[in-house]
Amino acid sequence: MAILISLSITGYLLFYIISNGARIISWDFLTKPPTSGMTAGGIFPAIVGTLLLVTLAIAVSLPLGLISAIYLVEYSSKESRFVRLVELAVYSLNGIPSIVFGLFGLAFFVKFLGLGTSLLSASLTLSLMIFPTIIVTSVEALKSVPDHFREASLALGATKGQTIVKVVLPAAFPGIITGSILGVGRAAGETAPILFTGAVFYMRGLPTSIFDPVMALPFHLFVLGTEHPNISKVEPIQYGTALVLLLLVLLISLVAVVIRHWYRRKRRW
Amino acid sequence: MKIKLQTKKLNVWYGGIHVVRDFTIKIPEKRITAVIGPSGCGKSTFLKALNRMVELVPGARVSGKVILDVKNIYGKDVDETEIRWKIGMVFQKPNPFPKSIYENVAYGPRIHGMAGKEKLRRIVEESLRKAALWEEVKDRLNVSALELSGGQQQRLCIARTLAVNPEVILMDEPCSALDPIATTKIEDLLFELKKNYTIVIVTHNLQQAARVSDYTAFMYMGELIEYGRTEEIFERPKNKKTQDYVMGRFG
Repeated sequence: MAILISLSITGYLLFYIISNGARIISWDFLTKPPTSGMTAGGIFPAIVGTLLLVTLAIAVSLPLGLISAIYLVEYSSKESRFVRLVELAVYSLNGIPSIVFGLFGLAFFVKFLGLGTSLLSASLTLSLMIFPTIIVTSVEALKSVPDHFREASLALGATKGQTIVKVVLPAAFPGIITGSILGVGRAAGETAPILFTGAVFYMRGLPTSIFDPVMALPFHLFVLGTEHPNISKVEPIQYGTALVLLLLVLLISLVAVVIRHWYRRKRRW
Repeated sequence: MKIKLQTKKLNVWYGGIHVVRDFTIKIPEKRITAVIGPSGCGKSTFLKALNRMVELVPGARVSGKVILDVKNIYGKDVDETEIRWKIGMVFQKPNPFPKSIYENVAYGPRIHGMAGKEKLRRIVEESLRKAALWEEVKDRLNVSALELSGGQQQRLCIARTLAVNPEVILMDEPCSALDPIATTKIEDLLFELKKNYTIVIVTHNLQQAARVSDYTAFMYMGELIEYGRTEEIFERPKNKKTQDYVMGRFG
């Protein structure tokens, strides 16, 4: 019953967004900037902005998260206090509401580091938010690599570093990549972390450097829905934006599922 | 007869448990030495101590000497990766990497910088031939090693060990996960390999020890009870414990 209710709600929601959004989506809507005070034109800068934000965010948090995970799994002793503290911190970080990350980003990146309201500040804030997801999934992926692979490599005279790079990481790769993609999906849909740190309602053209602010899909949606005076005119654009965002996030998750499925068929240990 | 590997008062502890006790043995070159004994007597641990793999076990501690030719492998300036290069190991459960057959064998030589594409191909073929696997896999070197049968996987692991050109090969119950036909193939292979390599094999299959080994060491509760030529140990054991064990009275 509960499943039915939740399924039907999800179904209705999807149907509602698709039926309302599909009408407005066209090639122009996807490739043109907004015009006439946001009441016409497309959402191209917001799409590009979101893609830039998540690309930069993952470029920062994937290497850092992966290195942390490698340290936690391969180099630290499992019972040490420090490791348990780090794990606790990572898990609590995962539970922090995204608006708190937004405020932290404002205080730390925008003000303290003086990066301003920019693509860079917003990406860094997002990367902070998905950092725990990436550590947790990478730790799980590394732990799922059986020890006998490591033993086989070390018994051939490989060093620990060689073993990690050539045997452990390739074997853990699908899990790591799946986790990162899920992190990207989450980052793409969030408004709060970028609200104060880098997103703007409108700008001419695309950002030309990482210190420019950006437009972004979720923020665009948020502002159209809450702050635009001409509700009836922007409503279709709103649904169109929602649909594009939804499809983008679904597409990203789908890629993760496909990758995982593909590798799961191949691996048998 | 030349001594290749010897231990002097070798002790291993896992935390507070004394697993190998004052173990002193001389292992001859280009012979097969079997270590037998009941489960839990410390024979696998003893084997792992011979190439410092035991150091990977959390809480493990080692004292005494293991001497390869003239060098104590637990000496201060000894690099354990170099020791494991010279003293290879084959495990109980076949453990090929989740890579292609070719990549499995090429892994060791690549790690040790024996590069060059042509040379690598030669090493791979040669190693697979020595491990009596070449004829079965030569047409599918790029297939995943996990597609092979258990017995083939174990021979692949032997080929992978041979590819780095070790001097000693340690085998930890290499046939216990295999069926009788695969076991026979590995045993035949051992006879070929001992022409060039010193082999130490741990087994709790007494028939296997009797069939393949030149020397046999009987281990009990972490101690070396009796050591000698395999016929002596099986036909005229001096110690009462050895007698009981090889007669199958306990185990």
